[in-house]
Amino acid sequence: MAPYETDDAVDGAREETPHAGRRKAARYAVPVAVVGVAAATIGLVPALAASGDPDLPRISAQQLIEKIAKSDVQQLSGTVRISTDLGLPDLGGLGGNLASGAARGSGDGSSADPRSQLTSLVSGAHTLRVATDGPEKQKLSLLESGSEYSLIHHGKDVWGYDSKSNEVYHSTSADAGKDHRAEPPATPKDFADEALKSVDDTTSVTVDGTEQVAGRDAYKLLIKPRQSGTTVGAISIAVDAKTGMPLKFTLTPKSGGAAVLNVGFTQVSFARPAASAFTFTPPKGAKVTEEKQQGPAARRHAPKPDGFGKGLNGADVLSKGWTSVAVFDTGAKGGLPSGSKGGDLGGFLGSLGEKVSGKFGKGTVFSTRLVNVLITDDGKAYAGAVTKDALVKAADTGK
Amino acid sequence: MSRAETIPATALRRPSPLWTLGLLRSELVTTIRRWRTLALLGVLAAVPVLVGIAVKIQTRGGAADHSGQGPAFITQITNNGLFLVFTALAATLPFFLPMAVGVVAGDAIAGEAGAGTLRYLLVAPAGRTRLLLTKYTTVMAFCVLATLVVAVSALIVGVLLFPLGDLTTISGTRISFAEGLGRALLIALVVAASLVGVAALGLFVSTLTGSGIAAMATTVGLLITVQILDQIPQLHALQPYFFPHYWLSFADLMRDPVYWDDLVKNLGLQALYAAVFGSAAWARFTTKDISA
Repeated sequence: MAPYETDDAVDGAREETPHAGRRKAARYAVPVAVVGVAAATIGLVPALAASGDPDLPRISAQQLIEKIAKSDVQQLSGTVRISTDLGLPDLGGLGGNLASGAARGSGDGSSADPRSQLTSLVSGAHTLRVATDGPEKQKLSLLESGSEYSLIHHGKDVWGYDSKSNEVYHSTSADAGKDHRAEPPATPKDFADEALKSVDDTTSVTVDGTEQVAGRDAYKLLIKPRQSGTTVGAISIAVDAKTGMPLKFTLTPKSGGAAVLNVGFTQVSFARPAASAFTFTPPKGAKVTEEKQQGPAARRHAPKPDGFGKGLNGADVLSKGWTSVAVFDTGAKGGLPSGSKGGDLGGFLGSLGEKVSGKFGKGTVFSTRLVNVLITDDGKAYAGAVTKDALVKAADTGK
Repeated sequence: MSRAETIPATALRRPSPLWTLGLLRSELVTTIRRWRTLALLGVLAAVPVLVGIAVKIQTRGGAADHSGQGPAFITQITNNGLFLVFTALAATLPFFLPMAVGVVAGDAIAGEAGAGTLRYLLVAPAGRTRLLLTKYTTVMAFCVLATLVVAVSALIVGVLLFPLGDLTTISGTRISFAEGLGRALLIALVVAASLVGVAALGLFVSTLTGSGIAAMATTVGLLITVQILDQIPQLHALQPYFFPHYWLSFADLMRDPVYWDDLVKNLGLQALYAAVFGSAAWARFTTKDISA
């Protein structure tokens, strides 16, 4: 073939005037231009869409907080993007189990149990869907690739459905009311409510301009702790200008870097969601796990990935405001299995933490970018969004 | 430059649109009649049969597998045969379907060149652009055909082996069997559209070489490479631009309400690949010297 090809090439070169060469170049320019246009579109459109903060009437921080408090959104559906970066090693479910700690009730091993599902929210990025229609009907879905975990609260029933394993979790409650809200703290509003509880004289609260969230005009509320000793740098809450509903919640640590927690609506609608979203009947062949009747405390399934100013179930809270530290008994006398006693796992956990000692005795501190946990050798755990030194000091005084 | 294009335009009989259809029909018939194509379709039709029989045997004792392992929707099949359609598409989309498309697309131009028939095709007053468009249309028709073969085979096996009825979406809501069938058809079309990108890529590779085998191997090799790169976490910034990245988003059609974000991204990405590699194939094919 080679000689012919050479002939052709020569032939082609003779035939091809500069005009033909230009035409060839022009044709190859088409795919290049397509790539260029695509790259420009991908790069510029979000920038253009993001530019231009909405022009809203000025409002004071006090008025904005009142607006949030007065907000009474009964009907809502939307998509929430939640991303957490605690700086934990990626342990998957194990990281979640550690974070929710001793507050976990006795799990029954069903993969449709909310406690086993929602701990995964503690690390990584997730897409959630929420729908609410009054206090009696709520739905929260955790979207995974090719499957979905749904938590449906309808009147007295709370259903959990894991489509991946086709398992169903069911619990009923005779006392209807707000006490058994099925929704864990997953929406920006839940986090905002927690953050606003911590607002006191040790906090500076300002209105930091406006922004657009999920296509809606919003005010930005900036909360900064003035106390030293806390690891919380700043909290920014985007509040919908019309309804007063928090649309985005961002928590940045004092150490700087990426946000520890970023929860925001990517799409939101205040229209009534379809009634069919809240009706659930277990599909044929699904394994149904019934919740045993337990106290109301155990029904509060949700892990609390936020750590500020919030006592865990059955825990005492030392100090107040941003430097509050939760204390609870892990029940394990002798503390964390350390060294040879706990075998491989104990050694592994010990290697993740840092040994400290003080008036309280000896213990191990586990650090994340936000929450630090001190587990003493006599089985007490101190946790809070505070620095390691502040944690040791709290343990000393709380002794 | 081909002989056809050097003839003065006045001497050209303007081909009627019907003539293009004739070219397309002959291309379709030639492609589908090949033993190679029939064998590929046979393999695709066998996948749902294997999955269906395996699930049936495993759950014969009545104990369903609740481990949550395997392709999407597999735990649902025993309760509703329609889910076999979704499972079969989820099982074939990562490899079998794009491989079949890669073989057909890679063969489209290079195979003709290798067999020495390309210049005869160009002697006919079709023009290279028209021939390329016809080839691409044929490959896309094969995408639809291959997907439908999987879906229909899965539906038949599902009906024969498992019960049917209302189905539960992955969001936990109920839809009727008729709506489920509608969604299955929609999913099949989305899966076929997901293959448009790899078809364009294969066609472009096919214009680069004169050997059909080389073009097929390159296309399938590229497919595997990109699939592997799509799994490497360090490349997550690039991954949204890999053509297989959003493939499994077709499962979002089984959510209620449907979650469109990733589906739209997938279709947009496929359109982008079709535009880039389609125009690159056109630039290459209309300017290259054809000697065989």
